[in-house]
Amino acid sequence: MKTRFAAEAAANPLIPHTAELIVGFIAFTLLFLVLRRAVVPMFEKAFAARTEAIQGGIEKAERAQAEAAVALQSYTAQLADARGEATKIREEARVQGSAIIEDLRARAQEEAARITAQAHASIEAERQAAITSLRQEVGSLATELASKIVGEALEDQARQSRVVDRFLDDLASESGKAK
Amino acid sequence: MRAFAFEGGFVPPSTADFNLPPAFGNSEFTTKPILLVFLSVVLISVFFVASSRKALVVPTKLQFAGELIYGFVRNDLGKEIIGAEFMRFVPLLFSLFTFILTNNIFGIIPLLQFPAMSHVSFPYVLAAFPFIAFHWVGIKKQGLGHYLKGIAFMPGVPKAVYVLLTPIEIATFFLVRPLTLSLRLFANMFAGHLLLLVFIMGGDHLIKGVIGLKLVAPFSFTLGIVMTFFEFMVQCLQAYIFTLLSALYIAGALADEH
Repeated sequence: MKTRFAAEAAANPLIPHTAELIVGFIAFTLLFLVLRRAVVPMFEKAFAARTEAIQGGIEKAERAQAEAAVALQSYTAQLADARGEATKIREEARVQGSAIIEDLRARAQEEAARITAQAHASIEAERQAAITSLRQEVGSLATELASKIVGEALEDQARQSRVVDRFLDDLASESGKAK
Repeated sequence: MRAFAFEGGFVPPSTADFNLPPAFGNSEFTTKPILLVFLSVVLISVFFVASSRKALVVPTKLQFAGELIYGFVRNDLGKEIIGAEFMRFVPLLFSLFTFILTNNIFGIIPLLQFPAMSHVSFPYVLAAFPFIAFHWVGIKKQGLGHYLKGIAFMPGVPKAVYVLLTPIEIATFFLVRPLTLSLRLFANMFAGHLLLLVFIMGGDHLIKGVIGLKLVAPFSFTLGIVMTFFEFMVQCLQAYIFTLLSALYIAGALADEH
């Protein structure tokens, strides 16, 4: 059990002790000065630095976001431009293609017409040549026939008729070949 | 002295148990509470200087612990209650809170085990600081005449009521506030310590008694332990209340009308 000490001071616990008042004042003042001088400013500094760091970070993020938005806008614009360009080129190609086809078709028709005309011309020329040669042949045949008739006239009737028959046969075979 | 009167019987703890002999020497300045108060100043200073010294943006565990306590006093007790001008009063509130809390908790720390605030001198001194602070800011903010007039003659009250109200208000501002502030703290710590003494010393006495009393002793010790936890709660709460009321008084003095 504890030793009872200063029993006379125990009479009233509400009466302060001078020594404790002095010590309490000195001790608390000391603590107050230390905390005010060395602790509070440092914590405040840390808080301020933290706030600044967070705010700086937010600002940086916002800036990056704005930059990204601008880039996106420009890319979108470029893409739209490219699409327009592509459409234009396709349209031009279509126009050009149809022009080329039209041109080729015209040229082909022209060629066809030319070939047809040439064919006509050559056919005509061949016909003319045929007519001319036929006419000559008919003339010579007639002459030949006439000379034969004249040459054989004095022979008998039977030979004469034979000659005529042969001639006619020849003619028939000639014309059959010509056909 | 009284122990002889009981002669082996149980001596209930009394107010005399709070007057400890000097720890060494024979001076009034080497008693346990005085040494504890100095110890608390050293511990608090070392802890907070160490934790705040680097002021890092990303705190270490130590800095985080310091900031937790500082931030609580600064924001919840300072900023919330005093408002715009709170920063001026943060050092005072912070000192009050940490000083009272540490000294209170000393009451349940083995070997130290004595709450200095159960010696009324310390609460008296501590209450003097916010008492002077709130009158000082009130006078500075509103001028001496206006400030005293605001206290003595609360505006918006019928004249006849002043007969009753003026003495009450003056007593409140100059006597009741500092007294209640210090006595609340003192009484809580005093009563709490006395309660622990009753159960622990009681248990100690019972265990030396006859067999029947020996069986009861564990209950006394158990209750002593339970009361220790309860005391811890009261100790934190009292540190909080003291600081909270100081902040409220300062806030009241700063406000133009009250």
